[in-house]
Amino acid sequence: MTEYILCLILFCVGLYAIMIKRNLIKIIIGLCIMEYSVNLFFTLIGYKHGGIVPIFSSLDETPARMVDPIPQALILTAIVIGLAVTCLIVAIALKIYEKYKTYDIREITRLKG
Amino acid sequence: MTLIVKTITRYTVGLILLFGIYIVLHGHLTPGGGFAGGVIVALSFVHLMLAFGRETAIKKMSEKAAGILEGLGAIMFLLIAFMGLTTGYFFYNFFRRVDTTETLVEYIGRPFALFSAGIIPLCNIAICLKVGAGLFAIFVALTFLKMNGDAAGDGEKK
Amino acid sequence: MFCAKESCSILPLFVAVPLAGAFLSSLLGKTSSKISDFLGSLVPAILVLLSFSFIGLKEVLVYKMGGWIPPFGIVFVVDGLTVLMLVTVNVVALMSTIFSISYMEKYTDKWKYYTLFLLMLTGMNGAVITGDMFNLFVWLEIGAISSYALVAFGTEGEELEASFKYAVMSSVASLFILVGIGLLYSYTSTLNMADISRTLVAKPNANLINFVFILFLLGFGLKSAIVPFHSWLPDAHPSAPAPISAMLSGVLIKSLGIYALVRIFYNVLGVAGGGRVLLVLGLISMVLGALLAIYQKDLKRLLAYSTISQVGYIVFAFGLGTPLGIFAGLFHLINHAVAKALMFLNAGSVVYATDNVRDLDQLGGLREKMPVTANTSLIGSMSIAGVPPLGGFWSKLVIIFAAVESKHWAGAFVAILVSIVTLAYYLKLQKLVFFGKLPVRWENIKESPVLMCVSMIVLSCICIALGLLLLPQLRSVFLDPAVEVLKNGVGYSKAVFENIK
Repeated sequence: MTEYILCLILFCVGLYAIMIKRNLIKIIIGLCIMEYSVNLFFTLIGYKHGGIVPIFSSLDETPARMVDPIPQALILTAIVIGLAVTCLIVAIALKIYEKYKTYDIREITRLKG
Repeated sequence: MTLIVKTITRYTVGLILLFGIYIVLHGHLTPGGGFAGGVIVALSFVHLMLAFGRETAIKKMSEKAAGILEGLGAIMFLLIAFMGLTTGYFFYNFFRRVDTTETLVEYIGRPFALFSAGIIPLCNIAICLKVGAGLFAIFVALTFLKMNGDAAGDGEKK
Repeated sequence: MFCAKESCSILPLFVAVPLAGAFLSSLLGKTSSKISDFLGSLVPAILVLLSFSFIGLKEVLVYKMGGWIPPFGIVFVVDGLTVLMLVTVNVVALMSTIFSISYMEKYTDKWKYYTLFLLMLTGMNGAVITGDMFNLFVWLEIGAISSYALVAFGTEGEELEASFKYAVMSSVASLFILVGIGLLYSYTSTLNMADISRTLVAKPNANLINFVFILFLLGFGLKSAIVPFHSWLPDAHPSAPAPISAMLSGVLIKSLGIYALVRIFYNVLGVAGGGRVLLVLGLISMVLGALLAIYQKDLKRLLAYSTISQVGYIVFAFGLGTPLGIFAGLFHLINHAVAKALMFLNAGSVVYATDNVRDLDQLGGLREKMPVTANTSLIGSMSIAGVPPLGGFWSKLVIIFAAVESKHWAGAFVAILVSIVTLAYYLKLQKLVFFGKLPVRWENIKESPVLMCVSMIVLSCICIALGLLLLPQLRSVFLDPAVEVLKNGVGYSKAVFENIK
């Protein structure tokens, strides 16, 4: 249970960074932290105490002892998606810096309403 | 970068590339596969760029080549999927052979044999092209953004 | 009409064709912009034909990817609701791409635009067609990521700012959805939607369902801009190029937001209507969106606020949970998709002619110079505002009937009031842009190129014709199957598992 609570705390840390921090780069870092916490959560779902790697290194192993491989496969996909999002947002943040000469969101306010 | 970094890079960069290719080709037998291998292949180029500067790396693999390879990888993956459609299913593993002695291992092929998993190695190669070229292109694009501050970006209004 | 087996095997084309188009455009489009223009319009045209071939489908089609049986493999499921969404998405996409051929001449790197556009279309088609929970998430992200890039396509300060805001909020929404999927997986040990639904019926767990309900409400609420989560929409939708605004407001928030929300709430979790939450949120967005829209000085921003208000109508109708409410919600969804896409294309036409002036105070009297834009825009506005005999009138009427039928007098009253407010701000838009005196600086203005006019005229014709969907003959082939799917609730799983061949 402790692991899940720690995972939740990590999620909240990320959410805190996104909502409170004023710097674009810190917001992106917050987003990454949230992503990692969700990835961790998925890995914990598939975890089995004393389980082994879900890879057949010989044919006489039984799947019953292995940890659940599906969450790990999902995580791999989620990590790739996260990579794409992070790269795109970083590129946008760099472009914003070119236009506004600042990373502070309090000064990036051309859109009003 | 310093001489130490440059020398070590010169010796290791080929090995990294080779290791990436190994991971891709053995993806269906050992941990790894197209994505992991592709990342390692891309890292070897990124490594080159970090040690010798952007120009050297771009000489080996230009941005344009990366874009084309990325598109080719994606198209190759889709083509493999489309070929499965001829037997009725998208992504159907049409190369798989029914093993006459052990019908149970029909789907997983023969363990530890390089040419056994049907379309999976081909998919791995396609994914490697896509991921490797894509990751390298992203890295190059980000360095461009950082360096030429006032250059015209994509889709700029004319 | 295809027979069942044949039509089943063309299902993956809905994602494969736009994907192929996107990558071909990125490979070949660099050489000449004609190729990417051609690919960009050809792909949605093929998809429109494919989706039309499914209209009148009687059974549920289940397609197994790679021949793996569910719940182990990924399935594509086509039922009434999916067909309705596919037709709407692809028709609007086709009109947007035809519009883009001329409109995007103003921008450089057209092939990148088409690559991203087709990827976004892939995401929407995939999200609508899939029957797997995690697969839904992946399509959602493909559609969303390409839309972030498209919002920032002009790389002006405002566009980047809007895109950043949109990307961060939408990514947080995706993470909430992912946590929800993880919880469902840990309880049911499956990712197939039908199987999840079956397991939840077999061993119900109210706490889990409530928690997952909240997570999905947060996630999909953010994606579909229901009011407490709406703040990104008025920035992101106006900033994009006009055809993209039309796609985003017209179909993206509906296929990735509302469709997914409704599909999961009704068919997977079995919480039809979601208590009163959807009802209340729908009413709040309806009122707030309309009130904020009145004060807008920017043409496209006004339309964006109007989207929030109209999405409120749709969510309200689904929140009623009665068969009539579901019918009204779906009907309004189609009407709004077409009319709002038309309005954004009109705005694009005005912006194209006036060289990026969107301020309502500087426009005026464009009716003489741009008759096609003015008249189609009048039709679009009146359809959203609910003037008979256009489609929007009938769908709003049915929403109000549905509210009265289920004894939500206050809701019905608010819906009527808001529709008056809607009429007010659309009349304001018409007056300030197309009527009145022509300012001197717009003396030499010209009507938009032919292709832009064609797509606007076609959309306005659809807008007028949509009222006909109420006729019993058309209703029974198009809308009723979709209503059946949602009315069926968790019976969805039975329908899917019976049709696996």
